[in-house]
Parts: sequence; C-alpha cells; structure tokens
Amino acid sequence: MTATPIDKPMPLKTTKLSHTAVFWIGFAVVMAVLVVAPLVLPEFWRRFLTEILIWGLLAMSSDLLIGYTGMVSFGHSAFFGLGAYGAAGALLNSNPPNLWLAILAGLGGAAGAALFVAYFSTRLRDIYFAITTLIFSQIFYVIIFTWTNVTGGENGLIFSRPHFTIPFLVDMRFTSMTMHWFVLAMVTGSYLILRRVTQSPFGMVLQSIRENEARTRAIGYPVQRYKIVAVMLSGLFAGLAGALYGIQNQFAAPDFVFFVTSGDTVIFNVMGGIGTLVGPIVGAGFFQLLRELLARLFGDQFPYLIPLGLIFIAMIIFLPQGLLGFARRWLNR
Amino acid sequence: MHTLAAFFASIPFDQILIQTVNGIVTGMILALVASGLTLIFGIMDVVNFAHGELFMLGAYIGVIVIAATGSFWLALVVSSLTIAILGAALQIVALRPLIGRDPLTTILATFGMSLVLQNFALWQFGPTARRIGEPITANFQLFYLTYPWYRLLIAVLSAAIIGGFWLFLKYGKYGVWIRATTQDRVMAQAMGIPVPLVYTGVFAIGAAMAAASGVLFAPLSGVYHTMGLDWVLRAFIVVVVGGMGNLLGSVAAAIFISLLEAYASLWVSPAQAVIVSFVVLIVTLLVRPTGLFVPTPK
Repeated sequence: MTATPIDKPMPLKTTKLSHTAVFWIGFAVVMAVLVVAPLVLPEFWRRFLTEILIWGLLAMSSDLLIGYTGMVSFGHSAFFGLGAYGAAGALLNSNPPNLWLAILAGLGGAAGAALFVAYFSTRLRDIYFAITTLIFSQIFYVIIFTWTNVTGGENGLIFSRPHFTIPFLVDMRFTSMTMHWFVLAMVTGSYLILRRVTQSPFGMVLQSIRENEARTRAIGYPVQRYKIVAVMLSGLFAGLAGALYGIQNQFAAPDFVFFVTSGDTVIFNVMGGIGTLVGPIVGAGFFQLLRELLARLFGDQFPYLIPLGLIFIAMIIFLPQGLLGFARRWLNR
Repeated sequence: MHTLAAFFASIPFDQILIQTVNGIVTGMILALVASGLTLIFGIMDVVNFAHGELFMLGAYIGVIVIAATGSFWLALVVSSLTIAILGAALQIVALRPLIGRDPLTTILATFGMSLVLQNFALWQFGPTARRIGEPITANFQLFYLTYPWYRLLIAVLSAAIIGGFWLFLKYGKYGVWIRATTQDRVMAQAMGIPVPLVYTGVFAIGAAMAAASGVLFAPLSGVYHTMGLDWVLRAFIVVVVGGMGNLLGSVAAAIFISLLEAYASLWVSPAQAVIVSFVVLIVTLLVRPTGLFVPTPK
C-alpha cells in the first residue's frame, strides 16, 4: 500500500482569464470609478472631471485619424467649434430648448465642416494634410469671428442649459452631477462605437492605409473614399464633444474654433498614446491635472504652457508611444 | 452692359496702384519668412511650426537692442545672429534626436517649441504691443498720398537677403553642401559632407531669415506675442502654393498672394481678406497639388 504523498504540491490548474474578460472587467472598474466620482468629489473637481471627459472625447475622435489612419489633423478645432455653435444655434432658436435637438444640430454643423475639409484635404498626405487641415480650421475661425450677426463675433453666443429630456418620461434640470453622468454616457458610447469601428473590416483598412498606403491602393481599396469617411466620422465625434462642451459651459466662443484647440487635441493624443482610443482621454487628464497643479503651485499668472510644452517635447523624443503606449496592442485586441 | 460699366467705374484705380505697392512690400517680407520655411522643409523634411515664433522673438530682440543702443541696423544684425544661435540650439536639442523617425513627429516637436517660445514671450514681455520707430522717416509723393520710403526699403532689403542667399546656395562652398544634402543625403554623407551639421546650419539660417523679417516688419505692425501665428499660416500657404522646397516659387507665390489680399482688402475688411489666400490654397490643391509655380512634374 503506497501512501499518497499529501505534502507534495498538486499541480494547480491555473485559471487564466481570457483577454476579453480582463478587458471588460477593467472597463467595468474604470466605469464604476467614473460613475461614483461625482458623488464624492467637490463641485470644482466634478466639473473638472466632466471637462476632462469632453476633451478626452475630442482627442479620442482625432485619434481615429492620428493613431489609426496615420493622418495628423491640426484642424479638429473646426469640428469642435462648429459642434458647439450648432448646439448654440439650436438652443437659441428653439423653444423650449431641446437637448437632443442641440446635439443633433451640433453633429450637423460638424458634419458639414467635416465634409468640406475631408473632400479637399484627403487628397494630400502626411505633412500636407496636417497643414491643410490647420488652414481650413482657420477659414472657419475667420468666418465665425467676422460674421458677427449670426455668430456673435468675438463675444460668441451665450445660452442657458437645456433640460434633460426623454419624451413623455423624464424632464429634469441638469445638475453638475447629472451633467457628469450624461457626458460620461455619451463618451462611453462614443468609445464603444469607435472601438467597434477600429476593429471592424473598415477599421482594418484604415490601419492598412496607415501602414502602407500604396499597397492598400494596389490591393484595390478606394483609399481616398476610406479617408473621407474616416475624417467625417472623426469630425462627427469631435462635433459631439463640441456640443457637450457648449452645453456644459453654456456658451460658444470663437476661441473654440481657434488653432489652440486643435493643438491641445494633438498634445492630448501624443501625451496619452496614439492608437489606443483611451490614451487620449488619459492624456487630456494628465495635461489638465498638470496645468491645475502648476497653477496652484505658482499662481494663476504662471505660464504653465512653458513647462507643459517642454514635457511635451521630451515625451515626443523619449516616450513617443505616450503614457498608455505600453498597452497599445492589448487595448486593440 | 450697363452694370459692367458701372462696375469698372467703381474700381478705384489710384487705390489699386497704392495697394499694388503695399502688396509687393508685404509680399517681399512674406517671401523672406517663407523662404526660411521652405528651405528648412526642402532640406530636412521638417515643417517648422515654430517659424512664426522665431519671427516674433526676432522682433522682440530688435525692440530690446533698439532700446539699448538706438540703432535699428544694429538691431537687425544682432537679432538675426541671436535667433540663428537659438535656432541652432533648438535644432540640436529637439530635432536632432528625431532624425530618421516619422516626419510627422518633427511637426509635433516644432509645435511644442512654438508653444514654449510664444508663452515665454508672453511671460517676459507681457501682452501689450511694443512699438518701434521707422529708421527712415522720409516720405515721397504717390498720387495724393505720402508714401514712406521705409516700406520700399523693406522690399528691397528682403529681396537683397533672398538674392544673397540664392547666390550663396548657387556658388558658396557651404551652399553646394546644402544643395547636395537636399538632392541625396546618403550620397552627400558618403562624399564627406557633415550632414547633421548642414541640418543645424540650415535651421539656423532659416531662423535668422525669420528674425530679420521680424525686425524689418516690426515698425509697421508693432511687436506682440501672437504676431507669429498670422505669418506662419500665410507662409505655410505660400510654401504649399509655391511648391515645397522651391525658393523662387515661394517668392512668386508670396507676392501673388499678398497682392490678392491687398486688392481684396479694398472691398472687405483685412480680416476677411485672408480668406482669399485660403481660397488660392484650395484651388492650388485641387489643380496642382505640387505647387502653382513649379514646372509640371514629368
């Protein structure tokens, strides 16, 4: 009779969670934190977090171009600004102001701008694309800045926040807390859609354009048509971000359309990590937190963009993949 | 027919002549800015977003030197040299590590530089515009207007700087190095040309040209921290319309665009006249994406 060696360790059956499970668990944890956050945060930080989400959405929309299609857009301010102005126009001209109408109008405004920009600038590649998108956004800026009758010119448009409505069911005033949840829902929805898009056959073609445009064309894909759709899709989500930002802050200003907004978008992308979709949100948070930190440490007059610009350059040289670059493959699987 | 005649009668020909002179003057300054930009692009494949900021810092250094010494011409020289050194330093620190990477990363790096430089200027010099007096205050009679000689002098000086630079590229030893690097950088390196040094030198020359145009233009517009953005945008348009890396094309495009803007501002506000140059850009991109002023590529 042979005794079973009890103290000999049994080979444990390692339960390895599948990638999908880990991803969605992580997703759920982050979501839970973001949902609970406004309940514990004070008013200032609550708004701060909401704005980070909106900037993150803007940056995420441009990631579809920068990270997945390989086109650096320096003109996302045009889509963002027209989203905000579209929402403003709908809110000022409808009675009672309707939230959904505002968002639709914002999307419409951004889509118009995106169609225009996409048609012309997708003829060009690389640097030329970047410059033309920049110049197109300046065209919209000049128009909005000088067309005072409609856009309010330098002063912009001021409006009041619409109620949150679902027809026949809900009609309630936004508080900073419900606004946060609303924005969170929008951003999460956009993320899921964009993630689905980048993993779809369409998204694969975009990535193939990024890797080798000539070969993609040679295989037989109509590259320019794909690029136009990519720019328009990206513009739509940027417009959504603009509409949300307008509703959150209750104004639309020509500054939204100005080049600086586009520049910030690119900075968020590079800091957070391009080609990850969530990276840009992290980048936006990183940028805004650093900025707030510097303002608190050295006072409001401190030229925070000097250290931030230096960090940005250093990251381009030493950490070109951004903060989330290490997880890029994992996030896209 | 009647409306056509009325239209022609409404064209103010004397104003058009004045705007032509104005357009050529700003066109020459723009050409000086754009030739630095196109040089840097043609040789290094770097789109220099910080070019407008070098222009602006050049103007500020001009202000400082004039305040200290009172001499405009000394300011022009000192400012060009200082900004050339600054440009070389920027290239060595931020752009040299990026050689061999995707050219798009250099756009991002120069964009970062422009942020830092612009905010540095805002921090150091404050938001109020500074003024410089014109070094030559004499005027001459152009129709019923007295037109300052200084404006013509700007055009001539810009032309001289661009011309001198062109001669240098054509006949100077280092100019030949630069052209060789543009044509084939691997072969140039094999022939013993220190390519990294050429890069740094080219960036410094481009920066110096931007600074010189900044000082020359400062008496006309005043000096303020965002003055670079306007110029760099128009210089981008010029560089694309003129054909990237094409020096003479940029000069032609600069004058062309400035003339159009000058004429347009007879009818609309100068802020809206900028749209004309945007339209020129769009048309160029549609018709000849390689540039209006280059021979048709075979």
